[in-house]
Amino acid sequence: MSIDMAQFHQVFFEECFEGLEAMESGLLNLDTGDIDSEAINVIFRGAHSIKGGSGTFGFSNVADFTHIMETLLDEMRDGRRQVTQAAIDVLLGSVDCLREMITAIQQEQDVDETRVAEQKSALEVELYGSEASVEPSPVNHSIAMETPVAMSEPAPAQQHEHQGYEIAFTPYLTLLQTGNDPVRMFRELAELGELTASVNVQDIPDFYELNPEACYLAWDLKVAGDIAEDEVNEIFDWVKGDCELEIQSLAAKPVKDPVAHIPAIDAETLSNTPESGISEPAAISPPPVTEDAVNKMAPQKAEPEPAKTVTKSSSTIRVDTAKIDTLINMVGELVITQSMLSLVGEHFAMNKESQLKSGLAQLERHTRELQQSVMNIRMLPISFVFSRFPRLVHDISSKLGKKIELKLVGENTEVDKAVVELINDPLVHLIRNSLDHGIEMPADRIAAGKPETGTIELRAYHRGGHIVIEIIDDGRGLNKDKIKAKAIEKGLIDKHSTLTDKQVFELIFLPGFSTAEQLTDISGRGVGMDVVRKNIQELGGNIEITSELDKGTTISIHLPLTLAILDGQSVAVGDEIYIVPLVSIIESINITEKMLNRVAGKGETFRLRNEYIPIIRMHEIFNVQSAKASQLAEGIIVVVEGQGMRCGLFVDDLLGQQQVVIKSLEANYKRVEGISGATILGDGSVALILDIPGLVRLSNR
Amino acid sequence: MTTDTQASNSQIEQFLTFQLAGEAYGVEILKVQEIRGWEAVRVIPNTPAFIKGALNLRGSIVPIIDLRERFSMEKSEYSPMTVVIVLCVEHDENSYVMGVVADAVSDVLDVKVADIKQTPNLGAKINTRYMRGIYVHKQSMIMLLDVDKLLNPDELESIDSMVC
Repeated sequence: MSIDMAQFHQVFFEECFEGLEAMESGLLNLDTGDIDSEAINVIFRGAHSIKGGSGTFGFSNVADFTHIMETLLDEMRDGRRQVTQAAIDVLLGSVDCLREMITAIQQEQDVDETRVAEQKSALEVELYGSEASVEPSPVNHSIAMETPVAMSEPAPAQQHEHQGYEIAFTPYLTLLQTGNDPVRMFRELAELGELTASVNVQDIPDFYELNPEACYLAWDLKVAGDIAEDEVNEIFDWVKGDCELEIQSLAAKPVKDPVAHIPAIDAETLSNTPESGISEPAAISPPPVTEDAVNKMAPQKAEPEPAKTVTKSSSTIRVDTAKIDTLINMVGELVITQSMLSLVGEHFAMNKESQLKSGLAQLERHTRELQQSVMNIRMLPISFVFSRFPRLVHDISSKLGKKIELKLVGENTEVDKAVVELINDPLVHLIRNSLDHGIEMPADRIAAGKPETGTIELRAYHRGGHIVIEIIDDGRGLNKDKIKAKAIEKGLIDKHSTLTDKQVFELIFLPGFSTAEQLTDISGRGVGMDVVRKNIQELGGNIEITSELDKGTTISIHLPLTLAILDGQSVAVGDEIYIVPLVSIIESINITEKMLNRVAGKGETFRLRNEYIPIIRMHEIFNVQSAKASQLAEGIIVVVEGQGMRCGLFVDDLLGQQQVVIKSLEANYKRVEGISGATILGDGSVALILDIPGLVRLSNR
Repeated sequence: MTTDTQASNSQIEQFLTFQLAGEAYGVEILKVQEIRGWEAVRVIPNTPAFIKGALNLRGSIVPIIDLRERFSMEKSEYSPMTVVIVLCVEHDENSYVMGVVADAVSDVLDVKVADIKQTPNLGAKINTRYMRGIYVHKQSMIMLLDVDKLLNPDELESIDSMVC
């Protein structure tokens, strides 16, 4: 028992959350009235493994709770119970509650007992009908359900003391070998009346001498109730030759309860021990078991053992074995190439040059492939994010009284783990918006000649090194005039300004902008879209809206495939080398001083086609002393776009394009304005990656 | 005094000592990750002058700090003797790796914790916050630095210089 269980907790929690997700999606797909036992099985399995795991780790409150869910599901599976919408809702609520409990345990906080109790009684109402809710102690009830050998507590047993039997049951060692199972017998006894059992563990030998197939236990049993002696005898009929048995009627011999001072072993021990003889600590602890020892054990089982170390939320990832196999394969290739190269190097002569070159080419190819496969390990299917939305749509649409169908397309599109983690909140927000503002009420939809049920499509696909996530609804679309009116009202735009469609839609990304006439608790407070855009831009992506009135809205989010590698253009400013993300570069041009306009004698701009673009002189903003070019004609302007704003970076020279691995500057230092990270160049030196929006902010000061 | 502190007082800690403008300084050896020769670093723009730049240390980006400039001492040209001591700094439960430039490393000393003397109060002008104490070794004074406080990443930007 000296194994520190805490080390497995993290795995258990992860499994729990996976199980909960499976249960949730299973519940959402469950049709009312129809019993699809396979679907219920999936949910049942989820509940069952959570129950098993939490029992093992001593989270008994979780186990108790899950047990009730399991009972309910079990009845549904057997067809003893109709699958009703009410039951599904209660189960969904329980899934939420369970998730809260597990999260609380994971973070070592207290579980919200009232919430748990509420949910538990809701479950019980569903399970036993309304009368069960008046039952004082739901926990006891669940234990009783768990082990059909219903052991009532001594107190009620004493009330029936005058009626019943006292049975001293001492099986011979060979009892189990004859195929008799005491547990089954006790179960039958329990059906006759209230059964109290206590086990005598005195005869259990040392562990080394213990024969797992032998029965070393003896029991003192007491059945209370008005029972015919024949019925009791009948139960022991089969074992008469294999045990010492003494049955005494309590009515005939009304003595003081002789078993009261012998500790009652809990039901679970009882049901386990006879089969294995050793499975519970109680069975092998030195005899006789004192009441103290049992009491000491009991609280340990009841309460979750406080973990000794503060659990750090370690981030783990599950990887497809196929991916790892590819990786191992690749490393093997790399090793072969390396040994080939060292062979060439050992006796090098000029005639081996071509061999060397081909070896190096191979090395390059393998390294690149290796890099790709390693990157691949971080990739997760976007279904990790998408799978949460059916629930969201289900809940909100029923709350709003709308009929909405959610379609998921391209769930297997793979994205970087970091993207998966960070994209969730913005997506939730956008989907809430679509649900609340986009899709109309069923009556309005019918009036508009649309099908009653609205559709929201969540689609993910790859396009040219980017991943695109689209949220398409067939709702009422964005009303341009309304947006414009609102923007004018808020003083965000001028009354007479003419805006393109795209510019109008851009307006809703401005802070504090909301067109909803009424605020709901789902959306409409206007704190959302600017935050959504900011979050997506932090991921290195951008967001676009296209919308047609009464036809629907499409929001597309473009994200980089991975956050670990970036296509960059290296530029030189004096001795310094900076990397400009290729996605933000629009073009690079040479200009002369003549093309320059000065605003108020200071701010430099130049005209590029129909736009005036401000110039940021890199050597000035970054204080580079060694810069060669001070005249515009000597250097080059890199026109970049960041946060919808264009500007021209004045640098000495363009060096070349390359893929760079992003390294964090913050890991060992801190954030530096205008810099998003660092990378290592081919010669081992460090180059800094420019953060274009940050640079614009910096230059505006 | 509790037995606990007595036990720790008789403990021996090892310090790496190094030279800075003729003075001897020491840092706990357990904080030292490695010692390497000076090599050119990449300047990080808009940072205080004592942050010389960032270095590639086997794939991680490590800031390099010139202690002379950090302590407002006279600058010196980097020579082949100039070393970078790579230190592991603990701050807010995170650990950071940073390098400090020193004139030369000298020795590793076994120091009894009890023998570390408190930094004397040198008046308001001199900030002794970054010192762990003073140790006298063969008649000469060694200033023992508290690495975690000295290289606190939050304070690197806005420190009042420590005059020595």
